[in-house]
Amino acid sequence: MIHLYIALQNNVPVPKDIPLPLPMPEWFFVVVLVLSFLLHILFVNLMLGGSILALIAQIKGLKNKEYDILAHEIAKTITVNKSIAVVLGIAPLLSINVLYTIYFYSANALTGLMWIAVIPLVTVAFLLTYLHKYTWETLENHKAVHISILALATVIFLFIPFIFLTNINLMLFPEKWAVVKGFVDALFLPNVFPRYLHFILASLAVTGLFIFWYNSRKNYPFEEIYQKFTRYDIQKKGYSLALTASICQFMIGPLVLLTLPSKGMGWNLILIIFSGVAFAVPAMWMMWKRLTGENENIEKDFYKIAMLLGVTVLCMGSGRQIYRANSLEKHRELVQIKTEEFQILKKEAIAKMKAAEAGAASEDMTEAEKGQKVFGQYCASCHKIDEKLVGPPVLEMAKIYKGNIGDLQKWIKNPGKKRPDYPQMPGFESQLDQKQLDQLAEYILN
Amino acid sequence: MFLAISGVLPEICRKKQFMDFPMFHLDWLNNRMLIAIIAIIHVMINHGLAVGFMPLITWLEQKGVKNSGRDQITNLDWDNRIYNMMKVAFIITTTLGAMTGVGIWFSVALVSPTSIGSLIRVFYWAWFIEWLVFVTEVILIMIYFLTWKSSNTSLRAKLLHIRFGWFLSLFSWITMAIIVSILSFMMDPGNWNTHKSLLNGFTNPIYLPQLLFRTPTAMLVAGSFGMLLVTLFFKKETELRLKAVKYVSKWIIFWAPISLLGAVIYYNSIPEAMIANMSTAVGTMDFNKYYDLMKYFILFGISSSLIMAIIGLYKSKWLKSYIVFFPVLMAFAYLGFFERVREFVRKPYVIGGYMYSNLLLEEDYPVYQQFGLLKNATYTTVTEITPENKIEAGRNVFAIACSRCHTTQGVNSVVDVFERMYGIGKPLDINSMASYIPNMHNGRTYMPPFPGTQEESEALAAYIRNIQDTGDVLEGAQSEGVKVSELQNTKAVLENKK
Repeated sequence: MIHLYIALQNNVPVPKDIPLPLPMPEWFFVVVLVLSFLLHILFVNLMLGGSILALIAQIKGLKNKEYDILAHEIAKTITVNKSIAVVLGIAPLLSINVLYTIYFYSANALTGLMWIAVIPLVTVAFLLTYLHKYTWETLENHKAVHISILALATVIFLFIPFIFLTNINLMLFPEKWAVVKGFVDALFLPNVFPRYLHFILASLAVTGLFIFWYNSRKNYPFEEIYQKFTRYDIQKKGYSLALTASICQFMIGPLVLLTLPSKGMGWNLILIIFSGVAFAVPAMWMMWKRLTGENENIEKDFYKIAMLLGVTVLCMGSGRQIYRANSLEKHRELVQIKTEEFQILKKEAIAKMKAAEAGAASEDMTEAEKGQKVFGQYCASCHKIDEKLVGPPVLEMAKIYKGNIGDLQKWIKNPGKKRPDYPQMPGFESQLDQKQLDQLAEYILN
Repeated sequence: MFLAISGVLPEICRKKQFMDFPMFHLDWLNNRMLIAIIAIIHVMINHGLAVGFMPLITWLEQKGVKNSGRDQITNLDWDNRIYNMMKVAFIITTTLGAMTGVGIWFSVALVSPTSIGSLIRVFYWAWFIEWLVFVTEVILIMIYFLTWKSSNTSLRAKLLHIRFGWFLSLFSWITMAIIVSILSFMMDPGNWNTHKSLLNGFTNPIYLPQLLFRTPTAMLVAGSFGMLLVTLFFKKETELRLKAVKYVSKWIIFWAPISLLGAVIYYNSIPEAMIANMSTAVGTMDFNKYYDLMKYFILFGISSSLIMAIIGLYKSKWLKSYIVFFPVLMAFAYLGFFERVREFVRKPYVIGGYMYSNLLLEEDYPVYQQFGLLKNATYTTVTEITPENKIEAGRNVFAIACSRCHTTQGVNSVVDVFERMYGIGKPLDINSMASYIPNMHNGRTYMPPFPGTQEESEALAAYIRNIQDTGDVLEGAQSEGVKVSELQNTKAVLENKK
């Protein structure tokens, strides 16, 4: 509780930004970020939704063989969708890095171990999906093992969104950065769990539509694959899922909105979210009509429905960005001020440094005194006057090289190794010029 | 009692400290090691299983069509075995390969946020184009692999499939050619300040040597790995196996000398970069160790594959998978070692002439050295050094200025490097260290200059001695969180503004 109190006082960090201009105007990155992220998340939805459905279908398939076939058909799409999902993730990652450098990287660091764990976790989940896909015949008689492989992959897929949502949530709240200690703390910030449910439901809705489309394709040899199921059966399952998940969004959606911290709220956000809802309603109505209508008409209006829901998704995606922009607006201004302030400070420091250097240079010094300065800079870290530090003491050098400036300087430039119990000395040929070497020798020998 | 102390102590003294980002820190593994592990796995898979492997597989697939009877589309037995080899590469590249690619972004963002943040701003378009090529590559690889079986229905389809294979090979190579430009840019010192542009990535002196090295070496590594798969997937003592071994042997014998040539040219272009980056001195001594070792890696890496290939050509039957395993390992080690050296060349900078390996900008140094590092750090527990908080101040300095490359007690530990200088196991002398630290870059040219005041150097020395005595470690922001400096919070910025 105490640290929370301190945090509320003045614990909002204001770091300086990287002093480089954006390579393009800001709106460009915003557009790329929103669009490429939606594309990426579409395939993530299909990967996650596909895994969940394949798992359920395969379990049902233990009793009804047709479901096992359905599971196999869905499983074949998971590995393809996952590859597209990964590769499409790079563009939004790059764009958010450029646009929100300070915020995104700070959140990454604060949840660091879990953030980097995404890599091995997803790799393992991907390998499991291949293992599952390619052992369908081999493990025919070991269904429990085979289903467990998919179950494990699905559990990992279900966990990964928590890591991303935690990061994307934490980056919006610099005032929380000094409060959280690691991933778990950040996970329990308000809004992560409602957003998670929102995402899972979206995955199911999108996958429902996908299954409808996949099984409606004319060149898909449906009748050769299934014995009992008809296209209509699967199409109906697809729509039912999409519709049910969309209806549930009407309960989770408001929860997400209500748990959003108020700092990023604004009429612009409300407007875009309700526009999204407005597009979803007719699409849902059409699905309902097709589900309850004649069997042979079920394929009608599919593209209209997909298009309307696509607009909904676009609105929701833009809503995310608007909330992000609203929340960080003021803080970004402060960072800007700070970045400029630092440039002024830098000018001061450079002026001060130059003044100090000029002062030092004008002082009258003897050769040996100048040599002492050189010694302090290059040699003192390893050599003391009268005792061994890393290398031998100066007095010993003076004894060895008495009256032999040439050899002393040669040694400094390119040292050999005489004493087995001392470490090798570095050469200073490129760092010291002849003048400095003369001053140094003068100092050492006297 | 123990619980009480261990619960309270972290609260008091383990709060973290950093420049502009809360800093992730792995105190045993070492931060750079995290990046290195991920990056080297990625390069090995990218070169050995994609860039070099796709043309090899396509070539072998084509051989199947050529060697089949007039009435066949291809030799189906042969084709099936080549398909299985492709399946291995397909699964590895689309899982571990793809994820380590993303992993480089993730790990660099954690360890080195300022440098990657700066590089993205300059190379956004290079990476964006790279991304488009990469998307194409992934789509092509899926088409190539997933349509393999269905293309065996007609000769036309099969030939089209093979053409897809060549397309895929080309795109894999282009992906590499783009990323090499960014890698070379980072190795070419000084160019950031003079011409920091996308074009410079391609025109800088290390670009062509690197590409000339990576292309044939990818082919060579792919050949060795391909040989391993041949010995696994082709039945012993069969005609087909002998044929496959001979083809892959020819492939290796063709690419090995070119790889050697590329390696020699690249090897000789490195010192040029080195000379501008760091002078002779100890820096080169440490580098020379790597540089000499490199000769052996080139020698063993290439010759072991070459010997295997010659055996494969003349005594094809001798090649067993367990024999092939060794050359494969050597070929991957050869490739991996070049990556390590590449990393070393950049020191003391992470972006040549602009940003030091501690992520601080060279141009910002006057601020830190005049006014103090801690006063300008966003995340620190100490801003004013007093005799009481000296060690704590030193901990903050260590975290900001040293922790990107050094740990307290783990890999490349700061205690170890000082003990190696002053005597192993001996108590470190605070005064010697404090006077050494501000000057160390003069002797150790791969080290960045110390970015702080004399006082901060003394605090750091006191801290290093303290961790030598206590064995204390430094936890990163990912487990202990951060504390915001009272000079760098909202209030301070607003007050300054007035």
